[in-house]
Amino acid sequence: MFILIVGCGRVGSAVAKRALDAGHEVSVLDRDPLSHERLDKDQMVTWEDAGGRFTVGAALEIDGLIEAGIEQADVFLAATRGDNTNLVIAQVARRRFNVPRVVVRVADPGRAAWYAEGGLHTICPTQVAIDQAELVALAP
Amino acid sequence: MYVIIAGAGKVGWNLARELIAKDREVTLIESDHTRYRVVEEELEHAVQYGDATELWVLERAGIQRADLVIAVTGDDEDNIVICQVAREKYGVQRIVARVNNPRNLQHFKLLGIQPAVSATDLILRLIEHEVPEYGLIQLLALEEEHLEIIELEVGEGSEAAGRRVQEIDLPDGSLIISVLRGGSGFVPKVDSVIEAGDQVLLILDPGLEAEITLQFAPTGANASA
Repeated sequence: MFILIVGCGRVGSAVAKRALDAGHEVSVLDRDPLSHERLDKDQMVTWEDAGGRFTVGAALEIDGLIEAGIEQADVFLAATRGDNTNLVIAQVARRRFNVPRVVVRVADPGRAAWYAEGGLHTICPTQVAIDQAELVALAP
Repeated sequence: MYVIIAGAGKVGWNLARELIAKDREVTLIESDHTRYRVVEEELEHAVQYGDATELWVLERAGIQRADLVIAVTGDDEDNIVICQVAREKYGVQRIVARVNNPRNLQHFKLLGIQPAVSATDLILRLIEHEVPEYGLIQLLALEEEHLEIIELEVGEGSEAAGRRVQEIDLPDGSLIISVLRGGSGFVPKVDSVIEAGDQVLLILDPGLEAEITLQFAPTGANASA
């Protein structure tokens, strides 16, 4: 599968490395060139030598998304630090580029739940933390 | 009419002020605390502190009964999400969004966020109005209906100058709807004569601009000007 990940933070870079290890084709887009370091950290070879792609560009710029390969993507992961940026680009990926599988990170549980009702595959780390904390803290 | 405005920057604050002066009920939402304190000095309870992209903040502001939501933050993604949530989750009838970066206008359109107002576009239109070299001014684009209204100046020695409306070779899908001459306007009949220096308004199918410009451009002028 060809996976496009927008946002090379902790989540984006870690998922990118796992996906590449699992044998997928992976392209990462981030506006900060220095974010590339996360992809090379603790690796034997550089991200590019390992077969990964990296593009510098803003998430909302169509040219950058196309350069990063959105037209060929089977999976699109929106993992920038901005909830609304993620929600907008995820909808662009789905509606304009017809990417078959679109996954969005949304920190705010309210928006994550509502957009999920609308058919977006949202992942809410805050909700996961709440559920986990409740599970552990309230354990008998 | 109850209006919620997201973003208390210069645009949002002044909009709130104007609407309050017109006796509208307004709530302004601002996420920057320092800015909120400044605006609150003047608007008092009409401004609330919070992130207008969070559902509970919108609900606290009473979005369920809002007639109009105006998203004018400095962040295009935020404006899109605020309007999307307002319309699709809370059923707000009318929305207005600000486009900060004209390159993002395509995203507003894709997601059906309209009207989307871009200051750059507005200024560009004003420039076009002030700079006659442009020749053609787009006054109104009815995108849903695939129509637009343009204004053109009739050039000296142009094809159209001195001719009756029926003699002007306009493409199908275009119509002269008004002529402005000497400070007043009239609706022309088929035998009205168009004169050099007239401003004519046309309604047309988008895409016919170049062909129409040919009829009104002064002799020797580059048709693409």
